[in-house]
Amino acid sequence: MNRRLGLIAALVLASAILGLSLGAVSIAPGEAWRALWDPAAPYAPIIRELRLPRVLLGFLLGGTLAVSGASLQALLRNPLADPYLLGLSGGAGLGAVLAIALGAPFAWAVPAAAFVGALGAVALVYTLGRTSSGRLEPRILLLAGVVTSGFATAIMTALMVLSNAAELRNAFLWLLGGLGRASWQSLGFFVLWIPIPLAMLFTAARSLDLLALGEETAGYLGAEVERVKRRVVISTALLTAAAVAAAGMIGFVGLVVPHAVRRLFGPLHGRLLPLAFAVGGALLVGADAIARVVVRPIELPVGVVTALIGVPVFAVLLRREIR
Amino acid sequence: MILEGRGLTVHYPNAAAAALAGVDAWLRAGELVAIAGPNGGGKTTLLRALLGAVTLTSGVAKVAGRPLGSVPRAELARIVAALPQREEPAFALRVAEFVQLGRYAHLGPFTPVGAKDRALVRDTLERCDAWELRDRTIDTLSGGEWQRVRVARALAQAPRALLLDEPTAALDVRHTMELLELVRDLVSGGLGALVVTHELNLAARFADRVILLAGGTVQAVGTPSEVLTESTISRVFDWPVAVTTWNGGTPQVVPLRRDEHTK
Repeated sequence: MNRRLGLIAALVLASAILGLSLGAVSIAPGEAWRALWDPAAPYAPIIRELRLPRVLLGFLLGGTLAVSGASLQALLRNPLADPYLLGLSGGAGLGAVLAIALGAPFAWAVPAAAFVGALGAVALVYTLGRTSSGRLEPRILLLAGVVTSGFATAIMTALMVLSNAAELRNAFLWLLGGLGRASWQSLGFFVLWIPIPLAMLFTAARSLDLLALGEETAGYLGAEVERVKRRVVISTALLTAAAVAAAGMIGFVGLVVPHAVRRLFGPLHGRLLPLAFAVGGALLVGADAIARVVVRPIELPVGVVTALIGVPVFAVLLRREIR
Repeated sequence: MILEGRGLTVHYPNAAAAALAGVDAWLRAGELVAIAGPNGGGKTTLLRALLGAVTLTSGVAKVAGRPLGSVPRAELARIVAALPQREEPAFALRVAEFVQLGRYAHLGPFTPVGAKDRALVRDTLERCDAWELRDRTIDTLSGGEWQRVRVARALAQAPRALLLDEPTAALDVRHTMELLELVRDLVSGGLGALVVTHELNLAARFADRVILLAGGTVQAVGTPSEVLTESTISRVFDWPVAVTTWNGGTPQVVPLRRDEHTK
C-alpha cells in the first residue's frame, strides 16, 4: 500500500516536471526550477507566466474531473458514468456555439456561456429526474442526461450548419478541451470556485460507500440517501461546469481515473476520492505536456490526448472486468 | 418494545389496492417473529413500513417508543439492522471492508475506523463463521457465504433488532439451518429478530410468534401452533394442506397433492 502511494507521489512529481519543461521551447528541469524562484533567470517569463499557471490549473482540473466522476459512479451505481453524463456535455456545447453565433467576444463570453449552458442542462435533468414525491431516481437521471444532451447537441449542430462564422471552428476546438488559455486569472477563478463543492463531495465519502450498495441498504446503514444524492448531483455539476468554462470538455479523465484507482486501492471513497484527485491531476498535466510537443509547434487539444491514452486503458480494464 | 406499528397502511402510487391495510405489528427484545404469507401479501412492505422506508398512508410506526419520522437514519441504524432481500453492490469490496460499513452509523463523517471497530468486525465475522473470508472480494462469494457476510455486517451495527427479508431464499438445507440457528442464538442473547419467510415449517420451528399476512392484512397472529392450522393455512394460501407435528408439538405443514385432497 505504501509503495503504491509512493508511486502516486512520483507520478504527480513527474507530471509537474514534464509540464514545466516541455512545450514550444524545451527547458531543462534544472533551469525550470531556477526560473520558479528567480525572476531574473533566463526562462522566468515562460515558466512563471505561462507554464506554472497552466500546470497548476491542469492539476486542479484533472483532479476535479476525477473526483466528480468517482462520485457520480457511486451515485448512479454505474462504473461507466463520467462527469458530463447528466446533460453537461450538450448544454456546454450549445452555450458555447450560441455565444459565437450571437457574435459575443470569444475570450470571456464563450466560457461563460458554456458554464451557463452546462448548469442549465443539469437543472433540466435534475427536474426531469425528480419523482412526484421529490426523490431523485438515478436511472431516470441517466436517461434524462442522455436525451437532454442529445437535444442540445441537435440544436448546436443546426446552429453550426446555419451560421458560417470562422470562429465556429475555434469554438469546436475549444470544446475539445485545452489548457492553452490557462492564465493566473483563469486559475484564480477556478481556485475560488472549487473548494466548497469539492468539500461537499469529500465529506460525503462514507455516504458514497453506502450508496454504492443500493439505496435501500444505504438507508438501513444510516445514510440520508436523498440528501446525499442531491448533494452529489449539485456538487459535481458545479465542478464540471467550472471545469468546462476553464478548459473545454476534457474527456476520459473522469471516467478512467476512478476505475484505475479503485483497482489499486479498493472502492472505499475515503481513500478513492483524494487519490483519484492526485492521479487525475497528474494525468491531465502529463497529457497536456504531451499535447504541446507531439506535433510541435501545433498544440493538440488535450482532450484528444486524454482520449488516446484513456480509451485503451479503459478497454483493458473493461475486458478484465468482463472476464 | 423495539419496533411498533399501529394501523400501518401503505398505498403505492398507481396501485389499485393498498399493499398494507391497517396492520398492527411489534417486536420485543429477545423474541423471534416470523412474517409469513403468500406472494404479494405485504410482507416486504410491512418490513419497510416498520423501518420508515415507505410513505405511510396512515398509521404510526415507532422505534424505541419514538415516531420514526423524528429519528435520523444513522440513529435508526444503531437500533435496527435490516437486510433487504436483494442487494447488488456496484463495486467489489473486500469482505472486511464490507462488514466495516456496518460501523458507519456509529462514526461521524471523519472519525477514523478505530481498533474497537476492527475488533467488532472481527468478532461478528467469527460469529457468522466468515472470518476466513475477510480478504475475499464480495463478488467471489457463494450464496451461503454472501448471506453470512451480510448478517455479519448487520451485527457490526451493534443493533437491538435484526430485520431479515427472506434470508434463506437462496440457501441449501445446511446453510439455511446454520443461519437460522445463528439468529436464534442472537435472540437468546437478547436481540429481537423479525424474519420474512416463505418457509412455514422453518417459521414453526424457530419463531416465537408468527404473523400471517395476505392481501395486506393480518390473517392470523400468535404462536406457531395457533397460526399454522389446516384451516388457516389452506384458506390463506388457497391450497389444501395437512398439518402434522414434529417432535411432540411443533406443527409442520404438508401441502397436499391434487389426488390427496379429492379423496
